[in-house]
Amino acid sequence: MTFTFRHLLGTESLSRDEISFLLEQSRAFQGIQKQPLKKLATLRGKSVVLAFFETSTRTRISFGTAAARLGADTMNLQAESSSTQKGESLADTVRTLEAMKPDAIVIRHAASGAPHFIAERLAIPVINAGDGLHEHPTQGLLDALTISDRLGRLDGLDFTIVGDIRHSRVARSNIHVLSKFGCRITLCGPAMWLPQEMACMVPNIRIEPRLEEAVRGANVVMVLRVQTERLKEPALPADEYIRLYQMTPARLALARPDAILMHPGPMIRGLEIDPAVADSPQSAVLEQVTNGVAVRMAILYLLAGGAPGTVPAGSAAD
Amino acid sequence: MLLIHNGRVVDPARNFDGPADILLEGDTISRLGPTLDAPGAERFDASGLIVAPGFIDLHCHLREPGNEPAETIESGTRAAARGGFTAVCCMPNTNPVNDNASVTRFILDRAAATACVRVWPIGAASKGSQGEGLAEIAGMKEAGIVAVTDDGKPVATAKLLRHVMEYARSLDLPVIEHSEDASLFSGAVMREGPTSVRLGLRGMPAATEAICVARDVQICALTGARLHVAHMSAKDSLDLVRDAKRRGLPVTCEVTPHHFTLTDEDVTYDSRYKMNPPLASRADRDALLAGLTDGTVDAIATDHAPHTQATKEVEFDRAPFGVTGFETALSLALEALLHSGRAPLARVVELFASGPARVLGRKRVIAPGEPADLTLFSTDHGWTFRAADSTSKSRNTPFDGRSFRGGPMATVVAGRIAWRRE
Repeated sequence: MTFTFRHLLGTESLSRDEISFLLEQSRAFQGIQKQPLKKLATLRGKSVVLAFFETSTRTRISFGTAAARLGADTMNLQAESSSTQKGESLADTVRTLEAMKPDAIVIRHAASGAPHFIAERLAIPVINAGDGLHEHPTQGLLDALTISDRLGRLDGLDFTIVGDIRHSRVARSNIHVLSKFGCRITLCGPAMWLPQEMACMVPNIRIEPRLEEAVRGANVVMVLRVQTERLKEPALPADEYIRLYQMTPARLALARPDAILMHPGPMIRGLEIDPAVADSPQSAVLEQVTNGVAVRMAILYLLAGGAPGTVPAGSAAD
Repeated sequence: MLLIHNGRVVDPARNFDGPADILLEGDTISRLGPTLDAPGAERFDASGLIVAPGFIDLHCHLREPGNEPAETIESGTRAAARGGFTAVCCMPNTNPVNDNASVTRFILDRAAATACVRVWPIGAASKGSQGEGLAEIAGMKEAGIVAVTDDGKPVATAKLLRHVMEYARSLDLPVIEHSEDASLFSGAVMREGPTSVRLGLRGMPAATEAICVARDVQICALTGARLHVAHMSAKDSLDLVRDAKRRGLPVTCEVTPHHFTLTDEDVTYDSRYKMNPPLASRADRDALLAGLTDGTVDAIATDHAPHTQATKEVEFDRAPFGVTGFETALSLALEALLHSGRAPLARVVELFASGPARVLGRKRVIAPGEPADLTLFSTDHGWTFRAADSTSKSRNTPFDGRSFRGGPMATVVAGRIAWRRE
């Protein structure tokens, strides 16, 4: 297996073998997270732009940590301070950043497709750190790594996602990753946040509006954040959401005994998740965070490092 | 004098299809016959070509005044001539909005000075197209508008639309509606469906259009004014128009080449696929083709909507709606209707000439005494459209690089050749 593409824009276009390869590479970086001295020199002399056009704390810090542990320097752009506020176009902003000769750019943007837009215009690798409602590929990969660590496999699992699926890029990236391993995917959430069209995104996916039925027999239950700030639709009263969709110990008990509970964070205790569930041994939430650093190290190593099997960065232009 | 000889004349208004020569004197057609002789006349050999009544585009944006970097009346009409159009109706959403006679006169003055095809302005229905008070419709009519509309959005309220339609009826002007109930969605950039869900782009359902068409048809029935529905994109709204026509209501409609050619499945993050109404589902697109074939649709209109590269080549969410369309319209129609076997050639010509003329309460016919406006085209000439070669100032087309069988060969306006393919 060789890793032959230059960008990481989404998980939809990745094959099962490519995903397995990326998870394998990530495992190599998991051990480093447990060592007292975590810094490698693999990417020493390389630099990575973290271009966050949308507010983010967790993902930005995770990518920053991954770059630091590989020895790469990071250049930070945050929307609040960026020239986009002064009317500069995205294309001009990223061309300016590229002119400072970084080896890769990590982009978070509120517009779906923004990473694809800049990938067409830049010679350096582009890594999607979340675009609008579309995808969050490193999240999909880190979730797959977490599941495979806990359950020992990815194949043929029953995977249930609960929450605001319409507006979730995490859901889309997970759906694309897990469907390639033959998982049966169940989507559950308030009807206005769960378009019927999602039932034809991949094979083996279904919509189940009743939470109890959606959770019953699941190997993995993923609870999404109620992303009120990204909603433009009329809000659903929080009490209604809690009544029908909050993940409680009683509801989680319907899943398989060894089922794991995931959440991409930040989680709001008492809204989408009961604190007892968040803190239960079934919860893999903090492992997700740790694995996020390992997965992002692997991606940066492969794309920014010019590792064997990759197309050297910058070879297409100049 | 200009003699167009050896061509095949297709004139749906007279049900004529056959070889004929046409002699143009000054700006009118003077003679029509099997083999004309006109000593001293300039001759145009139309062997192998179709000679049709001059094409009319009911729906375009020429951007002048106010957005001259995107298009001017000069550049836009040069592109229109290359598309075979002899007259184009320009929408009033300029800056300032064409909502009074002085703006209308400005447009017509600029057209007289710079345009190479006829420019027929459309006035705003409401002041500034803001949906509050009526625009100076009678003044604009006197200055030369051919219809009113708040294009870009529908007339804001049912009450205002009723006023506009009653008034337009008294002035014998059609009311053109951009039918869209925008309260049904927020921030939508494409048609809602499997593709919008997969791409994570906000979608508007097809019902957005049908809800508004239903309102518009009811107010047409209430007032008796002529209603023309712009750029139809959904089966349900087309069914409403078909039903209204059956009931004898004065309702007409148009479809654009991009809507009958592409579907939402073609949408990528490339903003050249972003327009409003957005590209429809496959089932809706097929219904549009059926409407073009069965006579429900009255006209093919381009909705030519030029945008500068700087404004259009941005994130999909942020890009303005609209694509250019003059130069590819006829070739796309030949592909979708004639070469596919869906419709005969006379129907294609009707959709570009007598159909749109009828919407405006005019006629388009090749007969002595009529204006010498003709469109000459080939049904077989192979060519490839290159946006870079366009005379439009803008390049925002999804059809760059597309190869065609057949297309415009020459455009005659007021007895003069406005453009001919080199």
